[in-house]
Amino acid sequence: MKPAIRVENLSKSYCLGTRTSGGYRTLRETINDSVAGAWHGLRRRYGSTGNGTANGHAKEDAFWALKDVSFEVQPGEVVGIIGRNGAGKSTLLKILSRIVEPTAGRCEVHGRMASLLEVGTGFHPELTGRENIYLNGSVLGMSRKEIDRKFDEIVDFSEIEQFLDTPVKRYSSGMYVRLAFAVAAHLDPEILVVDEVLAVGDLQFQRKCLGKMGEAGREGRTIVFVSHQLGAVSALCTKCMWLECGQLVTAGCTSSILQNYLSAMAGRTQGAKAYIDLRNRVRPRQFEQKVRFTEIELMNQEGDTTYSFGCGNPITIHLTMESQISFEHFIVGFSVRTSEGVVLYTSASDDDGSITSIRPGVVRMSCTMNPNYLKPGMYYLQIGNEVGTTQDFIEEAISFEIQPNRHYSQTSLYNLPGYLHFQYKWHGNEGAMIEVPQLN
Amino acid sequence: MSSAVEALPEERLPVPPESAASAVEPSTDDLPVTVIERRPSWRIVDLRELWRYHELLFFLTWRDVKVRYKQTVLGAAWAVLQPLATMIVFAMFLGRMAGAGASDIPYPLFVFAAMLPWTFFANAIGSAGNSVVGNQNLVTKVYFPRLIIPMSAVGAGLVDFAVAFVMLAGLMLYYGVLPGWQIVLAPLMVLLMTIAALGTGTLLSALTVAYRDVRYAVQFGVQLWMFATPCIYLNPETSIGPNGRLLLPLNPAYGLIDNFRRTVLGVPLDVYSLSVSAAVGVSLLLLGCLYFRRVERSFADII
Repeated sequence: MKPAIRVENLSKSYCLGTRTSGGYRTLRETINDSVAGAWHGLRRRYGSTGNGTANGHAKEDAFWALKDVSFEVQPGEVVGIIGRNGAGKSTLLKILSRIVEPTAGRCEVHGRMASLLEVGTGFHPELTGRENIYLNGSVLGMSRKEIDRKFDEIVDFSEIEQFLDTPVKRYSSGMYVRLAFAVAAHLDPEILVVDEVLAVGDLQFQRKCLGKMGEAGREGRTIVFVSHQLGAVSALCTKCMWLECGQLVTAGCTSSILQNYLSAMAGRTQGAKAYIDLRNRVRPRQFEQKVRFTEIELMNQEGDTTYSFGCGNPITIHLTMESQISFEHFIVGFSVRTSEGVVLYTSASDDDGSITSIRPGVVRMSCTMNPNYLKPGMYYLQIGNEVGTTQDFIEEAISFEIQPNRHYSQTSLYNLPGYLHFQYKWHGNEGAMIEVPQLN
Repeated sequence: MSSAVEALPEERLPVPPESAASAVEPSTDDLPVTVIERRPSWRIVDLRELWRYHELLFFLTWRDVKVRYKQTVLGAAWAVLQPLATMIVFAMFLGRMAGAGASDIPYPLFVFAAMLPWTFFANAIGSAGNSVVGNQNLVTKVYFPRLIIPMSAVGAGLVDFAVAFVMLAGLMLYYGVLPGWQIVLAPLMVLLMTIAALGTGTLLSALTVAYRDVRYAVQFGVQLWMFATPCIYLNPETSIGPNGRLLLPLNPAYGLIDNFRRTVLGVPLDVYSLSVSAAVGVSLLLLGCLYFRRVERSFADII
């Protein structure tokens, strides 16, 4: 059976260089450059480096957003694409959606494909909800008859029936997103390509979207799904691909890829780092970062820096930050998450009512998880701080692993369901005799 | 930009089912196949693909028209006011100097019949020029043949033209001027004007994506263009010299507007200016589309 999507040696490069800001040029510059280019006798096809100029910028300026990516997606598979920010995931989707042309390589797509790279593409604020349903549906590739047929279902899904005839500019952002997703959810293509659109909306809405995507997957559609929410990826995707710096690191079954991804973040493949420099880590832009995380380090009870801890043993987290301000109600905290993204618990520095004040400069704080109730496995930390409003937030700061040790090495530990392990005391009240073994 | 012009046909399938396909699951073989790879710079317009997206063209045009008149008091009347106001100005200031139009046609009607297609042309070029940049949210997020964008801008201009045409009919009734048999050719003139406007519009829209200052040049360029189209306010037979009448039809607006007016007002056609202007218009369309297609692939990268 032919694969639904086949990608061979796909590459995309951009030309960085002495461009004026904004990335677009004026005619004067082009005329100057073409004269200069003509002297060098360089013959550049327009757009060969995807930047639309015909001057001779040398190849060393090229930035490869994707390099030699090859993979196949079989019909009916739900494939997740994960990777750090800037790994090339969105570029790959844009090439598959034919929005951007590859520099080299080729893709074959068997079947109609619809892409959801953004919610509400084509929505015009002046038009009413009803009009925007038609506009958005048409932009996404639905025919008018199809939209007519599905109109009632779309309105039902979006739950904005009474506001259908008000201009969309009056909608709240939640209503906007619900309407936009309702249209997108009723697309009928064989292949669906989705880019992190589920990151918007409230929790109930996200659950609804995930449900709809899961349904689409069960119906046998092929879905390619880019997300940072490892929980969603592990819930929906049968297969997973990991992109790093424009290259495909590995592809395969979701749970093993996720484990590999997290252990690579722990630095294991680069030679065990339980200390990570966070200065250059990309964060979402909306945070002010007046207090910025610079380092994170994990230590065990003996004071060794390690990312591997025995079951039940204390874990100390050392956070180093750089602060530009003084503040009296500083809060810093972390969440422990499983490799699939489930948040187990969150601990914040003001949990016990204490008030932390900070001064400008280097700020170091630490917290010891003692005892830790985590079962053996891979986990990762999400950290954040706030001074009134959230200042810095890193979703995957560091990952660590819990090893079984001789105190907790009962074989059933791996098989019992649940993420946490508590050793509670059992009593035999009638008809049972309990003998606690002596530990040595 | 010295690559040879290769008009390679687009490889849009469905691919004929290959013999090696397994018989158990024939489903994927019947599906349309799209191949995505780097294409040569010069490629012709894929008319089949454009036709596949014709509904989107309709929706985008409808959106442009609707949005223009939402929340306005006068609504579609604005489509009429622009040519009407210019006509009044011309009639007041130039009516006496230019002499009457054709001897039996009142000057205001003479001007309005030319202002109507000119307004269409000028607005179509202006809005088409900015159309791709203005729709960058679509260009960066969804695939469809980008040529649809300037086409929808010109389409919206046609709608305004249709509204203002009603006014022209009203004026003709008022002045008691009846159309002759030539009125049948008026749609042809409109088609030719659309072709010329589309050609210029696609060329400008592609240029504006890469070079943002083109937008400003277009604004006053269009005003200057009107001066290069003197047939709007001058009668070609009486007020434009033989050299002018020889060379001016190279401006497609000149020949097409003049002949549009002739067909509507029942004056015999000027075949020379019509053929020259039509030829220039069609070449503009070809040039515009070729350049647009060449630049299209990097729109999402540089917009």
